[in-house]
Amino acid sequence: MGMGNGNPPIVEIVNLSKSYRRGSQTIPVLEDITFDIADGEFLALMGPSGSGKSTLLNLIAGIDKADEGTIRVGGVDITSLSDKELAAWRAANVGFIFQFYNLMPVLTAFENVELPLLLTGLSRSERREHVALALQVVGLSDRVDHYPAQLSGGQQQRVAIARAVVSDPAILVADEPTGDLDRVSAGEILQLMDRLVREFGKTIIMVTHDPRAAEKARIIRHLEKGILTDIDGQPASPVAGS
Amino acid sequence: MFFLKLIIRNAFRHKLRSTLTVVGIAIAIIAFGLLSTLVGLWYHGVEASSASRLVTRNAISLVFPLPLSYKDRIRQVPGVKTVSYGNWFGGIYIDEKHFFANEAMEPKSFLELYPEFILTPEQREAFIRDRKGCIVGKRLADTYGWKIGDLITLRGTIFPGQWEFVLRGIYRGAEKGTEERALFFHWDYLNETLKKTAPRRADQVGFYMIDVERPELAAEVSQAVDAIFKNSLAETLTETEKAFQLGFVAMTEAILVAIQIVSYVVIVIIMVVAANTMAMTARERIAEYATMKTLGFGGWHIAGIVFGESLVIALSGGLLGVALTFPAAQWIQVELAQFFPAFTIAPHTIALDLLAALVVGVAAGIFPTWRGATIGIAEGLRRIG
Ligand SMILES: Nc1ncnc2c1ncn2[C@@H]1O[C@H](COP(=O)(O)OP(=O)(O)OP(=O)(O)O)[C@@H](O)[C@H]1O
Ligand SMILES: [Mg+2]
Repeated sequence: MGMGNGNPPIVEIVNLSKSYRRGSQTIPVLEDITFDIADGEFLALMGPSGSGKSTLLNLIAGIDKADEGTIRVGGVDITSLSDKELAAWRAANVGFIFQFYNLMPVLTAFENVELPLLLTGLSRSERREHVALALQVVGLSDRVDHYPAQLSGGQQQRVAIARAVVSDPAILVADEPTGDLDRVSAGEILQLMDRLVREFGKTIIMVTHDPRAAEKARIIRHLEKGILTDIDGQPASPVAGS
Repeated sequence: MFFLKLIIRNAFRHKLRSTLTVVGIAIAIIAFGLLSTLVGLWYHGVEASSASRLVTRNAISLVFPLPLSYKDRIRQVPGVKTVSYGNWFGGIYIDEKHFFANEAMEPKSFLELYPEFILTPEQREAFIRDRKGCIVGKRLADTYGWKIGDLITLRGTIFPGQWEFVLRGIYRGAEKGTEERALFFHWDYLNETLKKTAPRRADQVGFYMIDVERPELAAEVSQAVDAIFKNSLAETLTETEKAFQLGFVAMTEAILVAIQIVSYVVIVIIMVVAANTMAMTARERIAEYATMKTLGFGGWHIAGIVFGESLVIALSGGLLGVALTFPAAQWIQVELAQFFPAFTIAPHTIALDLLAALVVGVAAGIFPTWRGATIGIAEGLRRIG
């Protein structure tokens, strides 16, 4: 299929289906989805509300379970992992960026970024180094001791991004990362994400409603009533990476 | 360390809510501790009583007397070491509010029977020699500033008239729980006066006190004593001092049980209140717990955080409560001195207090902990916005 950058796929989705049960009713959300995402890609997932974007993203990120089909990420079939294995896998391989940042209000910026590292075997001083580096990448070295409530929305999202990258995962998933931000802050966040792809080789999968955000991505996929359509809003293969 | 920090910050995130909960728990713990102490003290008189002492009273009721002539016949019962006797006097000092126990006793045998009332040999001598003499406990003397040689006047109720006594001795209790707020005077003084004023009431005693040679003989001796007076005009009932005291306590037993129930109800109420608060708190944080799970934290991490928070709040309340129980007990000791020999908080009461706080924390934390630990990530994340 029209893959972007010529890199081998990092995500391979085959015949993926998911439905929710509400009472006696079964609501199909994703129907027989098959597609790949290349390593180092910046992909935007668009579509109308309720089309299943978040559901698909959650499945790829290993925080929800598929009904049918397989999802291989970095060669690992995550649909076959137990909850416990999945948790460890997420901690090592996926960084999360949410619409509402989801920072711990009682932890400082520094501590929020440190949180995922508590699951690693890193020493205190090693953690310190990693956190400082991550905060430097997002440009918040001067806000380490601020609590989320003392930061603007854009700054909070940057802390969240620092948290997402601090354990150096290959994949970042972002559900409406600019959905709660003004245009300027949104632009800064998108620029930062772009940098993560270019400079750090991350793969980003981003759900968005915002055409401006989608523009930043190098591939756009549309989801319509649970079915993936292959219309790209822009050239299928940007030159980068080839 | 990180988690402890997180738990403590979480616990005091809503300052007002946490403060109210902590204060509520503290008040419940204070009430619980004081009520337990109160109940304990009521029974203390029973526990302090000697197992080798018997009390003989009229079989019909405490209020009916026994003839003085029984004394010698009791003394002849094998196993009896000492016999003393006396009357509850029930005199009033100034007015009813200044209540303290006062009894007419045969002084020599009485002091022999009650070695826990400690007097200097001189004061003991002086008391026994002076027919109008009396002795009082240290705490009672302190309350009214009485000194040796002072004249104390009681208004009789059971035995009408103004009765004057000369203070000859101030005794100390051998133990903390020994009654130190009582007055004892010569039974002879009461009897001689009655001979003049109400001859029909003379030569009657309210109760005999018997010391047996060995505690094992108590049952045997009491049966022997009661057998002597079987079918006489005044049949006797002899029981251990413990049982005798329990008879007193039994009258108030229902009240004591009620107090005990109330003390537990207080804890149950605060448990429900704390559980509600914790449930509310955890509900608000579901998205945070889901976020942590997203990052790779497991159910046990979340459980520890929620449960820890519940324990931190409950134990803060418990410690505050324990700290405030002491001044509260001190206050009661001063204000209600006439009712209790010593209103002191026992170590086991403190342990019970802390246990109660722990139970509150555990009970309040269980449901939210389970919720937090088992919440599905995708579901939890939907709670945002
Ligand atoms: N836990 C659930 N139980 C029942 N139905 C659900 C559940 N989660 C999602 N759905 C349904 O699945 C469908 C897709 O939901 P999803 O959140 O993936 O949509 P979306 O494309 O992300 O929409 P939006 O753009 O509004 O975020 C919706 O119809 C939604 O109601
Ligand atoms: Mg969505």
